[in-house]
Amino acid sequence: MGIQIINDKCVGCSLCLKTCPFGAITVKDKKAIIDLHKCNLCGACLPSCKFKAILLEKPQDQAEKKDFSAYKGVWVFVEQKKGRVQSVSYELVGKARELADKLKTYVGAVLIGNNLAMEAQSLICSGADTVYLAEAPELANFLDEPYTNVLVSLIRKYKPEIVLSGATIIGRSLIARVAVKIDAGLTADCTGLDIEDERKILLQTRPAFGGNIMATIISPNYRPQMATVRHKVFLQPELDKSRKGKIIKESFPINEMASRTTLIEVVEEVENLVNLAEADIIVSGGRAMGGPENFKMLHDLAEVLGGAVGSSRAAVDSGWIPYSHQVGQTGRTVSPKIYIACGISGQIQHLVGMQSSKIIVAINKDPDAPIFKVATYGIVGDIFEIVPALTKKFREVLGK
Amino acid sequence: MNIIVCIKQVPETTEVRINPETNTLIREGVKSIINPFDMYAIEEGVRLKERFGGKVVVVTMGPPQAEAALREAISLGADEGILISDRAFAGGDTWATSNTLSHAVIKIRKELGGFDLVLCGKQASDGDTAQVGPGISAFLDIPQVTYVKKIEEIKDNKIRLERMSEEGFDVIETPAPCLLTVVKEINEPRIPSLKAMIRAKAAKITVWSAKDIEVDAKDVGLSGSRTTVVKIFTPPQRTGGQKLTGEIPEIAEKLAGLLKSEITG
Repeated sequence: MGIQIINDKCVGCSLCLKTCPFGAITVKDKKAIIDLHKCNLCGACLPSCKFKAILLEKPQDQAEKKDFSAYKGVWVFVEQKKGRVQSVSYELVGKARELADKLKTYVGAVLIGNNLAMEAQSLICSGADTVYLAEAPELANFLDEPYTNVLVSLIRKYKPEIVLSGATIIGRSLIARVAVKIDAGLTADCTGLDIEDERKILLQTRPAFGGNIMATIISPNYRPQMATVRHKVFLQPELDKSRKGKIIKESFPINEMASRTTLIEVVEEVENLVNLAEADIIVSGGRAMGGPENFKMLHDLAEVLGGAVGSSRAAVDSGWIPYSHQVGQTGRTVSPKIYIACGISGQIQHLVGMQSSKIIVAINKDPDAPIFKVATYGIVGDIFEIVPALTKKFREVLGK
Repeated sequence: MNIIVCIKQVPETTEVRINPETNTLIREGVKSIINPFDMYAIEEGVRLKERFGGKVVVVTMGPPQAEAALREAISLGADEGILISDRAFAGGDTWATSNTLSHAVIKIRKELGGFDLVLCGKQASDGDTAQVGPGISAFLDIPQVTYVKKIEEIKDNKIRLERMSEEGFDVIETPAPCLLTVVKEINEPRIPSLKAMIRAKAAKITVWSAKDIEVDAKDVGLSGSRTTVVKIFTPPQRTGGQKLTGEIPEIAEKLAGLLKSEITG
């Protein structure tokens, strides 16, 4: 196991140097040398070598062929809160439908909670063939251990080949625990999912290193293949009221639903009524906002547009707006349809949290601000003049 | 109260730049730091120790140079640093990494005669998966609470805390021992004193190999990984678009025209 340069074949041409995302290769005395402390064994250098001088042994090359023919179906862990299915789960059912059609298999949706029959039906209308419904008062709210036990035992019983979940706070907590319990591979925050034609396996593409590079990841030797996906990466499918499917009620012994952690209280913060992750439009403010009172101007614009208010780290650290609004590396990652950055300079830590937005509008006094490098539409000027003018114009245009 | 904090050394992202000619990351001269979220985990561990007594042991898996991260953690108040380092660990995915760290935690537990808490940052800034924390607790089969933004109270071996949610937060009670992953809001990390930095410089760092933590080499690193990278590529870089110019009402008019269908559609 590992990587090596075959010195007899290496001619020291340096072609591989450029391909290494980790800067681990150097050439000395006309031979390439790999610094194993830097090498991540990703294999990006392999195709660059015209002399087949780089040898990388990967586990899949050695693994004995396992028989996975019993594993069928593309599953989605459906996230519900207060009995309502979250939008990311519908988006995943839509994607699961597409993957299942390629694999000629079914879409399964796992719905855990209490009193969810109506929601189960709308999952079918969104593309699910079978809904596995686990209802009990003990399961009404998410808790790591009972939800893990339920999902693990359903996976063991029905053997899906793929399991998807939203990369939400709940999803990320639950799925990582489940993956270890069932000994499966898991890829976080995928932005692309597809099926490889030849082996019929799941190709999972995700950004790495703050979105600077993309990696495609597979898990050919383990089942199910598991992945999480953030909000708004895939489109929500249209509801088809005529779709038919099965609802299978599953029940579990009381000890499987036991939890060592207890949920005491669910607190909703009023200012978070518009969920940043689910918002289609985000109006965000940075250091140039100057003070907490000026965020009112952003709330006004957001309200007219039907969006949410975000902020840069600078505004949160100054105490102008709560942390829950922070977009960026140490805050939330968002990808709305429209992101309006007001007085945000565009440090890399902020950009990694919003650069996958479909349209970025940047308003900044400084024409050289880095934010303009990623902006679809840039406006150089004073936010205190421009933002109110935009609010007025949109109110007019949208008839509000 | 014995607390184990798992940390990771990461490149300081601000300095990551793409070489425009080769389209690859320039990593030469990039400073290594403690993963920003782990700074909050270290601080929280040290604060709990200051309140309740006990020990804070910081552990990291990485190459020999990751020792610097442990020394920094000691300067911030941790008592001991343990480096889990072995060539066999290279190329590990989150399954292999959680497995490795959980074996290290088991060995630390033996040496301390037990632990109350494992603390991790919510996620690492380079990998961004948030999977290793829950992975460790699954291997150890202890309760977990992720995205913790406040520890309200610790009494009779029960910890009452606040977990961030998309809409606000949940108040949760968990018994110890358990694993918590923490977010930025939980505290403000201290600046180390000069004295603490000198102490950290002289501190002994324990280094453990795969053999030391009694983990099977086939279950760590690349060979233990349940996932494998098949392709790495550079995404098309987002390029700046159109600048809107003119008088302010004119700009507003233009932008409204450009965005209207997107908003109503």
